Amino acid sequence: MSKVRVLVGTRKGAFILESDGKRQDWSVSGPHFAGWEVYHMKGSPADPNRLYASQTSGWFGQIIQRSSDGGKTWETPGGGPEKSPQGWPMGESNKFVYDTSTETGKPLTTHQWYDGTQKPWVFKRVWHLEPSLSHPDTVYAGIEDAAIFRSTDGATSWHELPGLRGHGTGPKWQPGAGGMCLHTIILDRSDPGRMYIAISAAGAFRTDDGGKTWKPINRGLRSQFLPDQDSEIGHCVHHVAMHPSRPGVLFMQKHWDVMRSDDAGENWKEVSGNLPTDFGFVIDVHAHEPETIYVVPIKSDGEHYPPEGKLRVYRSRTGGNEWEALTKGLPQSNCYVNVLRDAMAVDVLDCCGVYFGTTGGQVYLSADAGDTWAPIVRDLPGVLSVEVQTLP
Amino acid sequence: MIRVVIPSHLRTLARVDGELKLEVEGRVTQRSVLDALEARYPVLRGTIRDHVTQQRRPFLRFFACEEDLSHESPDSPLPEAVANGAEPFLIIGAIAGGS
Repeated sequence: MSKVRVLVGTRKGAFILESDGKRQDWSVSGPHFAGWEVYHMKGSPADPNRLYASQTSGWFGQIIQRSSDGGKTWETPGGGPEKSPQGWPMGESNKFVYDTSTETGKPLTTHQWYDGTQKPWVFKRVWHLEPSLSHPDTVYAGIEDAAIFRSTDGATSWHELPGLRGHGTGPKWQPGAGGMCLHTIILDRSDPGRMYIAISAAGAFRTDDGGKTWKPINRGLRSQFLPDQDSEIGHCVHHVAMHPSRPGVLFMQKHWDVMRSDDAGENWKEVSGNLPTDFGFVIDVHAHEPETIYVVPIKSDGEHYPPEGKLRVYRSRTGGNEWEALTKGLPQSNCYVNVLRDAMAVDVLDCCGVYFGTTGGQVYLSADAGDTWAPIVRDLPGVLSVEVQTLP
Repeated sequence: MIRVVIPSHLRTLARVDGELKLEVEGRVTQRSVLDALEARYPVLRGTIRDHVTQQRRPFLRFFACEEDLSHESPDSPLPEAVANGAEPFLIIGAIAGGS
């Protein structure tokens, strides 16, 4: 029977929730890396027991953790104790140094700050880890200040893909309220050279040559906070989702507005439709129905909680515009949690499971594609991210 | 032998208990102590001082002999009591609130 493993990153550690395919009885392990913020954990599609985790702290900085046994044990790649004079590990798995070399990195060293001045890029943390679809030792990292890095040695060492920062619009990027973070990385199974990323607040970008060159893909986005609302750059994209069977179709939860592109991001149109508010963070796609998508509307950017204190997932079975509220099993009064951008995921069981975590520490599951919900756990630290692995 | 105390989160990370004891060659300074600490426990690289600039992370402090040495030059000699092992070199997580 299939199994499900849910990887939960929280403000005070990581938790792993496991169940068989019935998704009724769950084991909970954790906290792993207790006391640290775990922004994201994700498993390798090529080797499900290979997990990567971003462990971070305002005091001690960034740590990358790796597991090769599905999260039972963890190691800091290359960070083991001293072995011998010949075999010292370098301890560089947390070393993210921007490429400023003349060969590959353009001397682009500043971005726009809140007050309009230019500030140098400074590494702060890893927001998102995206393992390669085919190589367990290859993994991408989306970081703050926004850039994309890649490791090809199991996260032991990291190198920037400098074409993103160097392509020319960098000085116009600026931080959103959460910092200037690269939070979304989407790999395209049908085209190894194609990748999508999103940055708050710069927008979405696409590469078609494996990360050497990038282009902004924000035509059709409109943002009230920009003087030119149709600007090529500067949009606060919160999250982007794609169904693997339709790599040219993208769904976006922008700061305000839910958007859709049918041409790999070249053009976007709004599909917010009848949502009670089109502000939110998460968006995801049903595992087997590419036109079924999920969002969690949040009241506003000034009030990061659900409208009317009712936690509602909204589902569209038409790829947007027509939305239905999913409420069964979710609190419908006095609920003022948020659902952050990387905190929703789906499994690929026959009846698609949908999972999301809240800043109140609940992780909810719907084992029937959203019709009914129940908490798997309800008292974790605030949830930063949720990923799901469907295991044989 | 130099005695070093690190915050509990870093002890967990390095998988050590209690006070650490390090051999430090040459002059005993903040830099030489941290170099020895990071050579022995590479996982601590970047957690106490920045990988590139080698600056102390903002929310950490260096204490010894009831003195705050955080703003001393990293190449200034540490107190003799640290150098001879009578007193530990303390790496302290600042009490800075947080969530």
